[in-house]
Amino acid sequence: MENTRNKEYYISEFKKTEASMNGEASSSFHQVRKNAISRFEELGFPTIKNEDWKYTNVKQLFDFDFTGGNAAGVTKKDVDALHIKGLNENIIVLVNGVYSEKLSFVKKQNGGIIIENLNSVLKNNPELVLDHIGRYATIDNGFTALNTAFAKEGTVIIIPDNAEVKGHIHILNITGEAGKHILTQPRNLIITGKNTKVNIIESYHSTGSEANLVNAVNEVVVGENSFVEIYRLQQENQDSFHINRTQAVQARNSVFTHFSVTLGGGLVRNDTNILLNDENCTGNLYGLYLTEGSQHVDNHTLIDHAKPHCQSNEMYKGVLNESSRGVFNGKVFVREDAQKTNAYQSNKAILLTSDASIDTKPQLEIYADDVKCSHGAAIGQLDDEAVFYLRSRGISADMAKTVLIRAFANDIFETIENETFHEHLNQLVFEKLG
Amino acid sequence: MLTVKDLFVRVEDKEILKGINLEVNAGEVHAIMGPNGSGKSTLANVIAGKDGYEVTGGSVTMDGMDLLDMSPEERAREGVFLAFQYPVEIPGVSNATFLKTALNEIRKHKGLEELDAMNFLKFMREKMKVVGIDEKLINRPVNQGFSGGEKKRNEIFQLQMLQPKLAVLDETDSGLDIDALKIVSNGVNLFRGKDNAVVVVTHYQRLLDYIVPDFVHVLVDGRIVKSGGKELALELEEKGYDWVINPEAETAAV
Ligand SMILES: Nc1ncnc2c1ncn2[C@@H]1O[C@H](COP(=O)(O)OP(=O)(O)O)[C@@H](O)[C@H]1O
Ligand SMILES: [Mg+2]
Repeated sequence: MENTRNKEYYISEFKKTEASMNGEASSSFHQVRKNAISRFEELGFPTIKNEDWKYTNVKQLFDFDFTGGNAAGVTKKDVDALHIKGLNENIIVLVNGVYSEKLSFVKKQNGGIIIENLNSVLKNNPELVLDHIGRYATIDNGFTALNTAFAKEGTVIIIPDNAEVKGHIHILNITGEAGKHILTQPRNLIITGKNTKVNIIESYHSTGSEANLVNAVNEVVVGENSFVEIYRLQQENQDSFHINRTQAVQARNSVFTHFSVTLGGGLVRNDTNILLNDENCTGNLYGLYLTEGSQHVDNHTLIDHAKPHCQSNEMYKGVLNESSRGVFNGKVFVREDAQKTNAYQSNKAILLTSDASIDTKPQLEIYADDVKCSHGAAIGQLDDEAVFYLRSRGISADMAKTVLIRAFANDIFETIENETFHEHLNQLVFEKLG
Repeated sequence: MLTVKDLFVRVEDKEILKGINLEVNAGEVHAIMGPNGSGKSTLANVIAGKDGYEVTGGSVTMDGMDLLDMSPEERAREGVFLAFQYPVEIPGVSNATFLKTALNEIRKHKGLEELDAMNFLKFMREKMKVVGIDEKLINRPVNQGFSGGEKKRNEIFQLQMLQPKLAVLDETDSGLDIDALKIVSNGVNLFRGKDNAVVVVTHYQRLLDYIVPDFVHVLVDGRIVKSGGKELALELEEKGYDWVINPEAETAAV
């Protein structure tokens, strides 16, 4: 069998793909891919010697031969079951990393709004994305390099000035094929103009229990006076790998809100980054992760305050059961220019067993002098006194724990303004705990 | 109803209860008095099933059921209720939701239909009047930010809501001003009936002016050293605990 487990394999795959391209190999976008593969060649996959990957060892990836798959095993019924009722106006479905026209539908939008799969944009209107793709999610590790080198599938959302999207946009990724380990590399690009508003749900699911690898990159441009909200839901099976990189760049007076919800996945690494690139921006990063078994969930965030008068709110909460592991690394940079910055960070976790563990590291680097920054971290256990109090009123031990965990997560829930999503998440959490 | 026989309990290798005997019948109110540290809360907690206590001898039964063999929630569903000396704050869980869950767990166990939101609310409003508890407190997280008195009142509100067979009240009077004391006592007195029983744990006689006991037991250093009628409480108030601890005085009193 061909060795698919190392760096060289991906480089040779790239060359094969290139050879099979006709005119596209000479396109400007292909140059972006070529640069990316040579960066990948330099960087390789990160190892624990790299400070940013110290607690997350991806070497298990090399135990599997990852390949592409087809869409045959996924039915409309499977996908319909993953729609979130009330948030299902526009659905883009990727099966095994490839856009499915059959399973997707998009409402007719007002003039100028584009919601389309990347592959068709690259074929028909590459100029729409050329200036953007790879510009924000700069390559600083092998995974981003690899995603960029193979960028082809994913979703492009472009919202011109003053345009309003009808309904939510749900980008639904479902991965898995019997007897195979599937690799997908979705690349999403969201570009908003002035005075726009868009709500996006980015969800990841498995079919079957094989180990798959999702290596996703999202680039988000939040235009002046715009509101962009992304809910990321990770619900893959517990043998799968998910590497997710999201980079948002905010223009003046904009608000960007990102919710990261991780319930599934065996090894999950998220890099969720915001650049507050002009005045009066608000950036919000909220995260909730519930882990069990041998799940490993690593959340790295970076909030980069480049300009004055911005604020950021960050709150991550985790509940770790059995022998699962968590990592939280929250960087906040306040650049010299960024006076009057208001940055708030909180990171809390509950360890339900003595085998569960978490490594956390807040990292504040402040170069401006007139700023308000606060950060708090707390790791603890469930309060035994509270468990007994509930039980002494007739509530079972399991239910008491569930109630207290849900209560712990409550301030994350309180930040969710969308009631439908609030309810959906509530259900997912109770299912996971139950 | 409640039978405690020759109960020995250790906490972290220290013997706290040293052979307790107590028989409480339906329709009775018993007071357990004793100085701080004598083991009153230990007894109350062992009856309710709290972890961390090692029973090294004896038994605790309720209507023939071996309580020590049951989980705290099983005891609660069978009708044991402990009003905590220090009620726990539970952020993020509303009082109303908590009580609805608890009440329905107990009803399910008894084979009764669960109360829906409407009927629960109706029932809750009735009980709120009994203990004069504010609707605002009901919608707040359990005990969070409550004053000492509000917490105690909330315990008695829960007693009224859950209608147990056996209520053990641990220092329910502490932290209450005289008005709150009257309201809380009224809540307990309304609960009293021929089919249930109350054990009042306190180290002051004050509460017993309002919740008049049928029997009073004096607990000192893990042993019940004296039992009697309600006048025993007054005597204790007058003469202090030294009087029961000092054998000469005891002889004189007999
Ligand atoms: N969790 C515990 N750990 C160690 N000692 C305890 C614990 N709980 C109670 N004790 C000890 O047991 C004795 C009785 O305590 P307690 O039952 O609370 O008395 P009371 O309620 O009568 O004031 C005290 O000496 C106390 O210090
Ligand atoms: Mg006590």
